[in-house]
Amino acid sequence: MNGSNQEYTHRTIERVARESYGRLVAYLSVHTHDLASAEDALSNALVSALNHWPQDGVPKNPEAWLLTAARHSLIDVIRHQKVVLESEPTLKFLTENSTETTLSTQFPDERLKLLFVCAHPAIDPAMHTPLMLQTVLGLDAARIAQAFLIAPKTMGQRLFRAKTKIRSGGIPFEIPPERDLPERLDAVLEAIYAAFGLGWDDMAGADQRGRDLAEEAMWLARVLLQLMPGEAEVQGLLALMLYCEARRAARRDAKGRYVPLSEQNPNQWSLPFNRGGGTPFGGGFQAWPRRTISS
Amino acid sequence: MQFALLIYHSPEEFAMRKNDYSDPHLGAWRAYYKALVEAKVYVGANALELPETGTTVRVKEGKRRVQDGPYADTKEQLAGFIILELPSVDAALEWAARCPGASIGAVEVRPLAPEAMRRGFTG
Repeated sequence: MNGSNQEYTHRTIERVARESYGRLVAYLSVHTHDLASAEDALSNALVSALNHWPQDGVPKNPEAWLLTAARHSLIDVIRHQKVVLESEPTLKFLTENSTETTLSTQFPDERLKLLFVCAHPAIDPAMHTPLMLQTVLGLDAARIAQAFLIAPKTMGQRLFRAKTKIRSGGIPFEIPPERDLPERLDAVLEAIYAAFGLGWDDMAGADQRGRDLAEEAMWLARVLLQLMPGEAEVQGLLALMLYCEARRAARRDAKGRYVPLSEQNPNQWSLPFNRGGGTPFGGGFQAWPRRTISS
Repeated sequence: MQFALLIYHSPEEFAMRKNDYSDPHLGAWRAYYKALVEAKVYVGANALELPETGTTVRVKEGKRRVQDGPYADTKEQLAGFIILELPSVDAALEWAARCPGASIGAVEVRPLAPEAMRRGFTG
């Protein structure tokens, strides 16, 4: 295998890991409630991909391949645990559900579920956003710590503690009932906007990671809007992100230098975004939110 | 799964039940107990004597050391506990909020350890 092919394989693995991380963690933890184990299993699967794909080629459905590998890793871990009886249903779920489950249609909701789990009131509110950034968007503790101005080690410990509570504290893995949604919505919106913000900061050098993060954030806001079509806060956040995103191309000049808004070339702004019509919002968005966005 | 509601009282609250056990919140507690039983979530419960009646025991280097007073030296002390069978922590938090102890002092919601582990203790 030549070098450029290898590089292509590595780039593919990186891309799939980025795009699929939250979806796979959500799927792998839905029965065990064990986020740390799900993340470990996924890491093992990625290592395995790094070993196999350069030789065997990139599989047709990389995400499904990773899911299968991660699932096997998770089954191994569960089998080695002492508590055999209670893990039976989980093992059944992991072995019976075939990989060919329609990943794309089923997963957005799983990921949203995970967002709401992370925003549970029984978890330290200060950890809501960091937890979501790690488990749903796959950011590592060091990067999150940087964004929250906390020592990476401390952030790692706090994330660990929060995950332990999710695993053993009886926190349900489901979209909360309607009356509890508003209480948790703020935290979810904060995390989405934090992800967008992190992506935005990274965009300086046209960093692909940053752009992906911003796109993930907008995607999650859209999924959320499907869940709560009338919610002005969600509409407002999505609108804000879209208007920022529309000007992305004009933010830097050819040499990557910052261009102030007053000097930006409007021709470089993305019109479909700025017209604010139905398209960028998908089916749910009808008009500009009437309810004012709280200041 | 099962949850413990650990009920904590302030010294002032403990002081109120000293004489004849005529707890001013008795009516509220009775109604709460009735609601728990009717909802079929009640597993067990009990109230504890005053913290100063507690004695703490440790065995160090094979020697028994006995100390007068409760284990934790905090202002609010454990006053009682309730065990409930509930589907999730959400339900537990709701029942905790309805508990008279939550208005008087504080109620800690804590899941019981997994059944397999508890079975391990009893052998």
